[in-house]
Amino acid sequence: MTATDTHRAIDAVFRIESARLIAGLARIVRDVGVAEELAQDALVAALERWPAAGIPDNPGAWLMATAKHRAIDLLRRRTLLERKHEEIGRQIEARQEQTAADLDDAIEADVGDDLLRLIFTACHPVFSSEARVALTLRLLGGLTTEEIARAFLVPEPTVAQRIVRAKRTLAEARVPFEVPRGRELAARLSSVLEVLYLVFNEGYSATAGDDWMRPALCEDALRLGRILAELAPKEPEVHGLVALMEIQASRSAARVGPSGEPVLLLDQNRARWDQLLIRRGLAALERAEELGGALGPYALQAAIAACHARALTPEETNWARIVALYDALARLAPSPVVDLNRAVAVAMTSGPAAGLELVDALTSEPSLKGYHLLPSVRGDLLAKLGRFEEAGAEFERAAALTRNARERALLLERAAACRQVISRSAP
Amino acid sequence: MRFMMLMIPKGYEKAAPGAMPDAKAVAAMMKYNESLQKAGVLLALDGLHPPSVGARVSFSGGKPKVTDGPFAEAKEVLGGYWMIQVKSKDEAIEWAKRCPASDNEVIEIRQVQEMSDFPPDVQKAAAGFPELQAKSGQGRRS
Repeated sequence: MTATDTHRAIDAVFRIESARLIAGLARIVRDVGVAEELAQDALVAALERWPAAGIPDNPGAWLMATAKHRAIDLLRRRTLLERKHEEIGRQIEARQEQTAADLDDAIEADVGDDLLRLIFTACHPVFSSEARVALTLRLLGGLTTEEIARAFLVPEPTVAQRIVRAKRTLAEARVPFEVPRGRELAARLSSVLEVLYLVFNEGYSATAGDDWMRPALCEDALRLGRILAELAPKEPEVHGLVALMEIQASRSAARVGPSGEPVLLLDQNRARWDQLLIRRGLAALERAEELGGALGPYALQAAIAACHARALTPEETNWARIVALYDALARLAPSPVVDLNRAVAVAMTSGPAAGLELVDALTSEPSLKGYHLLPSVRGDLLAKLGRFEEAGAEFERAAALTRNARERALLLERAAACRQVISRSAP
Repeated sequence: MRFMMLMIPKGYEKAAPGAMPDAKAVAAMMKYNESLQKAGVLLALDGLHPPSVGARVSFSGGKPKVTDGPFAEAKEVLGGYWMIQVKSKDEAIEWAKRCPASDNEVIEIRQVQEMSDFPPDVQKAAAGFPELQAKSGQGRRS
């Protein structure tokens, strides 16, 4: 193995181990920021030693043992006399006297809880949503600052700053390293799910930039969602979100045309939908349903996505069920965006005029003011009604509002098509 | 990216029909499978019955010819596979290294081809392939 090979292997080991490492260390030092630094130190130690000594048989245990030694040193140095910490130090030392296998088991047994604590900490409402995203990808996704910066098209120092500031907030606000209980749990869980879906969506329909999709981000979000589903198997909304992401990701290949342009759902070649992901998505949705109770917002959205996934052709889509699911979603989580999507479904069951009536009611909605999909949907319905003049103007408005270059090109194309129909039908 | 980890157990080419791994090996393997699942990387996995109850269809001379297993000429055969989604080949290798495999077993790591891996002309020629996939067993919807 060459030095480069070893470095690449270390990268891979670290990608696999870093979240568990940070989570386990955070339990000992009760400070996620310090835990992350200790994990980094262990990585540096591995980079120093493994190229010469070879990669150990159990690299995860090696990293954990190395980091724990440093954690104990740190605790001793930092607190010296604080009894609580000494006690922890003694506990750890006692544990280290056990055989390596016992230690592994001990790590293994607790690591799930630790990971869950880490997820809840990274997504704590005390942080801005950008900071939550950065922390989650860094602490749980094992992404480097550079990778996060590239994914979100922001300069690396900005992301580094966000993480540094977030770690400071974490210490100052004394955010406890724990899984919230009782009534707090629901609110905190929804914050976690929101962060994962934000990451997924940034990958699925990039809000800015030249690419319509950034699949790596979708994969990161899905991976974290799947991990969370294992850690919190009794939470229906976790399965709901995983189902939603799996089914949406199943369309990745079909929603990009040969030159990178977006392809809309009903125009997609359904044969290119990923059947493995669809199956996984439907299974996750089933798990959410089996847990009982009314479906939550993510499970409802997944159920809507499933209606599309089950239809072999666009004509087979069960639009009536989609309208009913949007009704439920609008009751549960009312939002003008849901109303807009519902209007699209209504247009499919009751005709474009009925859909347009609902969309028109939304044009005065302040929160949709800069939302490019409103004029885009309106343009689509107007075109279906043969009102090409108005449709063209709406597509142009939508094009001016989107920040994604690929999407803008598609909207301008549709505007041009409307103009063409008008000029062709002109006397 | 997706990888197949292909399990090749030496000796499986001669295994009798109904040959099964022992319970202890299965328990260790289940723990491994769980670790893949918990890490969010496992997409699918399956184990295969031995070739002694399988068949081979060869096409020498352009005509299909069926041979029932076991296959005398086979030096190594598949015992099963895992499909995983990871960031790199190195990560796939790292996962494979953690498998509690026995002395006689080999894991081959192969990246799954995506349509975007092909040059445009091949993409065009293969345009019907995903349709085929959807219509075959892979497309069964539950």
